[in-house]
Amino acid sequence: MSRKISMKQAINEALDLEMSRDPTVILMGEDIVGGTGAPGEKDAWGGVLGVTKGLYGKHGDRLMDTPLSESAYIGAAIGAATCGLRPVAELMFIDFMGVCFDQIFNQAAKFRYMFGGKAETPVVIRGMVGAGFRAAAQHSQMLTPIFTHVPGLKVVCPSNAYDAKGLLIQSIRDNDPVIFCEHKALYGFEMDVPRESYAIPFGEANVLRDGDDVTLVSYGLTVHRAMAAAEILAQEKIEAEVIDLRTLSPIDRDTIIDSVERTGRLVVIDEAHPRCNIATDISAHVCQHAFGALKAGVQMVTAPHTPVPFSPVLEDLYIPSAEAIAAAARRTMGITAADQTVAA
Amino acid sequence: MLDNPFPLNKTDLLKAYRTMRTIREFEERLHVDFAKGDIPGFVHLYAGEEACATGIMMHLNDNDRIASTHRGHGHCIAKGVDVHEMMAEIYGRATGACRGKGGSMHIADLSKGMMGANGILGAGGPLACGAALAAKHRKDGGVGITFVGDGASNQGMFLESLNLAAVWNLPVVFVVENNGYAEATAMEWAVSCDSYIDRATGFGLPGVTVDGTDFFAVHEAAGEIIRRAREGGGPALLECKMARFYGHFEGDAQTYRAKGEIEDLRANRDCIKLMAARLKEAGLAAQEELDVIDQEVAALIEDAVRAAKAAPLPQPADLLQDVYVAY
Amino acid sequence: MLNERIKPIVMPKWGLSMSEGKVTGWLKEPGSPISIGDELLEVETDKITNVVEAGESGILRRVLGEPGNIYPVKTLIAVVADPDVPEDDIDAFIASYAAPSGDEDEEDEDAAPRYLFTETAVGTIRYARRGEGAARVLLIHGFGGDLDNWLFNIDALAENATVYALDLPGHGQSTKSLPEASLKGLAAATRAFMEAVSIDKAHLVGHSMGGAVAMTLALEAPDSVASLSLICPAGLGQEINGNYIDGFVSAASRRELKPVVENLFADPGLVSRQMIDDLLKYKRLDGVNDTLRALASAMFDDGTQQDVLAGSIKDTDIPRLVVWGELDRVIPVAHASALDSAARVEVIPNAGHMVQMEASGKVNALLKEQIGRKA
Repeated sequence: MSRKISMKQAINEALDLEMSRDPTVILMGEDIVGGTGAPGEKDAWGGVLGVTKGLYGKHGDRLMDTPLSESAYIGAAIGAATCGLRPVAELMFIDFMGVCFDQIFNQAAKFRYMFGGKAETPVVIRGMVGAGFRAAAQHSQMLTPIFTHVPGLKVVCPSNAYDAKGLLIQSIRDNDPVIFCEHKALYGFEMDVPRESYAIPFGEANVLRDGDDVTLVSYGLTVHRAMAAAEILAQEKIEAEVIDLRTLSPIDRDTIIDSVERTGRLVVIDEAHPRCNIATDISAHVCQHAFGALKAGVQMVTAPHTPVPFSPVLEDLYIPSAEAIAAAARRTMGITAADQTVAA
Repeated sequence: MLDNPFPLNKTDLLKAYRTMRTIREFEERLHVDFAKGDIPGFVHLYAGEEACATGIMMHLNDNDRIASTHRGHGHCIAKGVDVHEMMAEIYGRATGACRGKGGSMHIADLSKGMMGANGILGAGGPLACGAALAAKHRKDGGVGITFVGDGASNQGMFLESLNLAAVWNLPVVFVVENNGYAEATAMEWAVSCDSYIDRATGFGLPGVTVDGTDFFAVHEAAGEIIRRAREGGGPALLECKMARFYGHFEGDAQTYRAKGEIEDLRANRDCIKLMAARLKEAGLAAQEELDVIDQEVAALIEDAVRAAKAAPLPQPADLLQDVYVAY
Repeated sequence: MLNERIKPIVMPKWGLSMSEGKVTGWLKEPGSPISIGDELLEVETDKITNVVEAGESGILRRVLGEPGNIYPVKTLIAVVADPDVPEDDIDAFIASYAAPSGDEDEEDEDAAPRYLFTETAVGTIRYARRGEGAARVLLIHGFGGDLDNWLFNIDALAENATVYALDLPGHGQSTKSLPEASLKGLAAATRAFMEAVSIDKAHLVGHSMGGAVAMTLALEAPDSVASLSLICPAGLGQEINGNYIDGFVSAASRRELKPVVENLFADPGLVSRQMIDDLLKYKRLDGVNDTLRALASAMFDDGTQQDVLAGSIKDTDIPRLVVWGELDRVIPVAHASALDSAARVEVIPNAGHMVQMEASGKVNALLKEQIGRKA
């Protein structure tokens, strides 16, 4: 049975269900309980934005506040994962990977391969990604391409509450390290989510809208911008197919190729910086494997090659907009700004 | 015959001697074969430091986990990793402990509680905390042990681990193997404090310093610290002052060391010679008995090298295997 | 006062969750004469595309629903009237036609919840109930289906009966566990449901596996069955498309599931993105695939139906109707004759296994006739 809940609630529910199902699931992170050792109440925060609020009351000491010490506790989560636990470590803001990246990419990511397939590291590292919170350069990045680059890491970035719950449950049950990227601007986004447990398999893109004219591919927040762009384009009798990648590693290239073979046009939207990102990766793959199907050059809409600015006027320019996506789609259709003026 | 002055019976003492001899023979053989060009990559040898790994590991079982270092062969052998599998791994063979994917710096055998040698200095600190956390969660009395050199003892993640272990009261022991050199840089210069006991105290955990070339001293100190951790007493730091017989890695000309330093170490601070002397002195072992062990160990290593050289190489398809559980 | 010879054609409401539909194309030109049952236009919902049939006869005087546009359910999309009705009257009818407001819809939902739940001996069962007629009808879906498989039927049948449709255990939003994963287990669960909602006797309409469930129930408790309507039922022969069953159970992605589900329809174009999405959402729920696997292995192991009930059913005196889509690719249409003269048999052309969706008008007419018969 389903009901409308936010993405934040969906993540909380996924953690709750998996902790109830599997006693080896533990949670750790900075203030995921809040108030540990302090004179006031415990479970004071439930995470800096309240995602884990209430879980301490149900699962007690299986939720552990940590010192501000990402290298140590992310590494401890990884070590515990190789010793039979299924830790979910919260890296508050993904930007903090900078102080613990060794444990993620040299340790967790390598164990299975480096130890000849004899080690499992079922750890989930949750972190908030993305701009739009006026949080400036060190609390607003996507950084998804950096994780995606590393063999051995699985990278997930849901765009909605239903996907967030199913993908997080899959992440916890998965026997590989998973980087679970939560776009903070989507936490309040509500939709129908079943009460039951369900797992969404990795490597399966979601097709959110059918269309035969142009394929829009994205993940995370910009999926919603792509959908808004599709609505704009529909007014102009351009039917866009919208694909939500859901997981970046593994990535569902087949669904993209199938779509491009039908539409012949591709716009890839990525909130990450423009060089060596998910958009360039997909563009390269499509050019290599479906070049014959392309009727126009692939268009990419990304954040600029700058840190995330603070001032709201600048930050709003930073995130790819629906209008920028629609304009890119028009370019693949050979429609120029001049045509637009005439049409108007 | 004198009474046994040691807290170990003869069987265990000879077992310890055999372990130390196995490590020495393994490393001496690698030293020779590396120079011949038989071994790919680079290796860091544990020769001279055997008493530390052996004295500590005698207190552990397969349920206890260790996170090792780049200089990990001795830890592996003392923790019970199969010598044949280790040698095959170092030779890059499909039969290696990691099927030829890891090499000298990444030998692991989780079934023996060996979480892996590690090419990243200091990385074992957080991992051992995790192992200790898992043991604490399961309440199975297990402990986590991490080894760092004096060099890696300056790493942020190691220092963060000391704090985390103290805050979470984890059953973990941090062993600093202080052989005086961080690669080619002197410990006296690179470590800002005079004593690791002070450093431990700064993080709120007890620290103990022992002569790492004295098997009996290591064994006794480690026994106390590990027992305390098992019983919920929390983490501790153990500094073992070691003697590194070879360079940082094989091929290191060691021009940074004092003239005669290594010769002096080999003559006066060889942990195996020291232990053998103590055993004989106490009348617990005759030279003949030790000779038999030496010969058996030599044969074991010879066989491991022979088997490794004869073992199959990985297949091209193995390149793509075991990145993910499913993908 | 409006002319009673003017009749509205409105955007239909199919099933329980449809709120709007898109006119994809008209099959009749304005000015054409139409009679009841004629195919008027095609409407696409987020779940499926279907044909709207005329419920009135006359001349299609006005077409208001434009192809490509989306309209809320109950919106006026065309006007049918006799030829002699003046244009002015039709204009007046259109001008004064009261389109339902959103508020009204809300009230509707409050008055009759779209989905109901009841606790039974086998766990929570979700169901729908429509209509107020004295006759009781129970719709039983097939393997991997749910009560929404009846979206084109439930309201039509509810015109003169009280119609129930349930989600069998392991299906839809009912309990995902089924202690006895077999035909008998499903029949027992169906009886438990009837007991929970106080149905003593019902006309059973079973589709596919649901047909075999209905037959099993009829054999075990003949007194509680007023009639049997079997739509492409299991249980009348040994053959079944094992690839379909295995494929449905094992498919984990859209790309795997779509070609499997296309087997259900004569026109694979009916398999929409939303239909596949809904099926995947269902299949991902914890426990579903285990139950489906257990049912498949109990009933359809190795592509062979384990329970053939035709012989036993022939010996009962329960009225029965067999309806089959001629192009069924899951269970062979040849099984339609398994009951010989003991059943009325109707084979519907240009329809597949989901004949109750693909030819809903014809199937509804047959079912109404069967339910209306005196036993």
